[in-house]
Amino acid sequence: MLLRYLLLLLILLPIKALALIEVDITRGNLTPLPVAVSPLSIDENSKSSFKRILKKENIGSEISTIVENNLKQSGLFNPLDKNAFLQKPEIANLKPRFEDWNLIKAQALITGNVTFIDEKLRVEFRLWDVLAGKEMMALAFTTVPSNWRRVGHIISDKVYQRLTGENGYFDTRIIYVSEEGSKTNRVKKLAIMDQDGFNNKFLTLGNELVLTPRFSPTNQMVTYLSYFRNLPRVYLLDIETGMQEVVGDFPGMTFAPRFSPDGKKIIMSFAQDGNSDIYTMDLENRIVERITNHPSIDTSPSYSPDGKYITFNSDRSKFQQIYVMDSNGKNVKRISFGNGLYGTPVWSPRGDLIAFTKLHKGKFYIGVMRTDGTGERLLTENFYQEAPSWSPNGRVLIFYRETKTNSKGEGFSAKLWSIDLTGYNERMVETETDASDPSWSSLLSN
Amino acid sequence: MLVIITAMSLPFLTKKPIDLPPIISVELIQITDKTNIPFAPKAKKIIEKVKKKEKKIVSEQAPPKMVKKEKPDAVPLPNKKIEKIKKIKDKKQNPEKAETEIKQVSEFEKKDLFDPNSIAALIDKSKVESAETNKKLDKITQDQDKSIDLSGLSLSEEDALKAQIFGCWSIPLGLPYNESLLVRIRLQLKPDGSIMKSEILDHARMNKPGQGFYKVLAESALRAIKLCQPLRVPSTGYERWKELQLNFDAREMLEG
Repeated sequence: MLLRYLLLLLILLPIKALALIEVDITRGNLTPLPVAVSPLSIDENSKSSFKRILKKENIGSEISTIVENNLKQSGLFNPLDKNAFLQKPEIANLKPRFEDWNLIKAQALITGNVTFIDEKLRVEFRLWDVLAGKEMMALAFTTVPSNWRRVGHIISDKVYQRLTGENGYFDTRIIYVSEEGSKTNRVKKLAIMDQDGFNNKFLTLGNELVLTPRFSPTNQMVTYLSYFRNLPRVYLLDIETGMQEVVGDFPGMTFAPRFSPDGKKIIMSFAQDGNSDIYTMDLENRIVERITNHPSIDTSPSYSPDGKYITFNSDRSKFQQIYVMDSNGKNVKRISFGNGLYGTPVWSPRGDLIAFTKLHKGKFYIGVMRTDGTGERLLTENFYQEAPSWSPNGRVLIFYRETKTNSKGEGFSAKLWSIDLTGYNERMVETETDASDPSWSSLLSN
Repeated sequence: MLVIITAMSLPFLTKKPIDLPPIISVELIQITDKTNIPFAPKAKKIIEKVKKKEKKIVSEQAPPKMVKKEKPDAVPLPNKKIEKIKKIKDKKQNPEKAETEIKQVSEFEKKDLFDPNSIAALIDKSKVESAETNKKLDKITQDQDKSIDLSGLSLSEEDALKAQIFGCWSIPLGLPYNESLLVRIRLQLKPDGSIMKSEILDHARMNKPGQGFYKVLAESALRAIKLCQPLRVPSTGYERWKELQLNFDAREMLEG
């Protein structure tokens, strides 16, 4: 009997010792992370040197403002009010007093300093985990002073990457079609700007109509359409050198050229005799290959980031819908089955989603769906909007939106807008003129 | 000839070159944990002052000596309560002891046969006694009653803890929803719910290449725990929950 009890005790004891309580945490806050961006400290000599060169009173504050704005625009961070900061930048940069930053509810802190060394701008910055009281990252950059805005963007990218786990998208540019004049007499120029709207430049004079500029995913090359003697031509433009060339003369109309993921091919559609099919052109040997061969209208092709698949829109099922096929044109599958018309599919650089424009009951939507067509989510609805383009990290979409004109034909405008995948963080991107057809570059610092 | 025509047809040949700032590669230098920049004499003084202040703050924050006292003080209390609860449970539910109860009842019955009035008195007395016991047990509710189970927290206790951590956890929104990212953190808690020790169970994964998302999620979970402490733990049964494991999984939220 005693032996039995002992055995029972032996069996039960380890069970009790192992019984650790487990609690599953499957929900949390989707509110932006509170972050304190302390102005970068700067010594008096450096301050006066930068003031002389850049005409900026305090370049340290200016750079930290860029970082602050970028983080805020992302919708993932909540930069705290600088007036609430208890520690001075010079001291915070040396050693933050975490209790002070904790007090204002900051969870992350950015500090740093700027110096003028050998006619160059040197920026050191550190990212701190306020709650853990430890440094998360420390980096220093040296560049020519005129690159100060880019330094702000690079710092933003590094912070974003460290805190979210995915690459940033701040050190990037956006190419778009600048529009001026009345709706019936628009002057369209090719223009480029930083993703935050600064450093805007016009690349063409507006003599010719320009359409659908698209950045290469690998470098600073752009392909676009421009009309010459009423015929569209596909051009290649190297943003770094300013050199450009005609890709080739193609029979019939050409539409929507776009780069392959390795930047070595251009995929586009040609229209002949009322039929439009998808073709690729190798940029090295200029060999053109036909990808689709169907009596319907196939347009707007876009490669998957691994280059194995192509998404496009086609009316082969009577109404315009989105399709996916192998890169050689085989295994064509329809993926959109919702009500309405679907167009301009663009494969996400992350590979997980396809963005599209949808027209349903007279309204335009920008949405995303998985690459098999499931999980359709409409992010934004408006009178007229289209042409989504992904940020290089696949988190944000930029597109353009037109406003309704009144009975006199007045009040028309076209503006760039961005929205992130949550569908909540919708913002207008400031441009000097009206704007359409935006395309996001890859990271410049890659 | 064709080349000349093509060149002539280029619409931009006659235009000014593009005036864009050149893309200048930025040197990225990894800098050490401690800055090598020699401090100016003024800055040194400031740092020393800051350090002194920090020392003070640290000493203020260091676990007070009371902590050791808390253990023996705080621990027996819930145990006593548990013992009391056990006793009540034993009376009602323990089948082994039910035999003795039946015996007692039978003894009462024997006596009651002789004096019916005293039965009423006994019943009344037992009512008063049970009411008093309930009072002593701090008004134990049905939920708390479940907490006697040594294997876990009751539903309401778990919900309270979850609700608290939900509010503290800022989910990094950039995480992929189609990847399995589960961060398991084992906690050692003080009786007041503050954290004695936190340990990420798959810590090795933090520094592996290609595990950036895991690291971000783990750090956010640690921040949530620190932000939340002291955790909303039950006021009783410290032995049960002095060690807890929290499993952070953001997929449900990220999938939306």
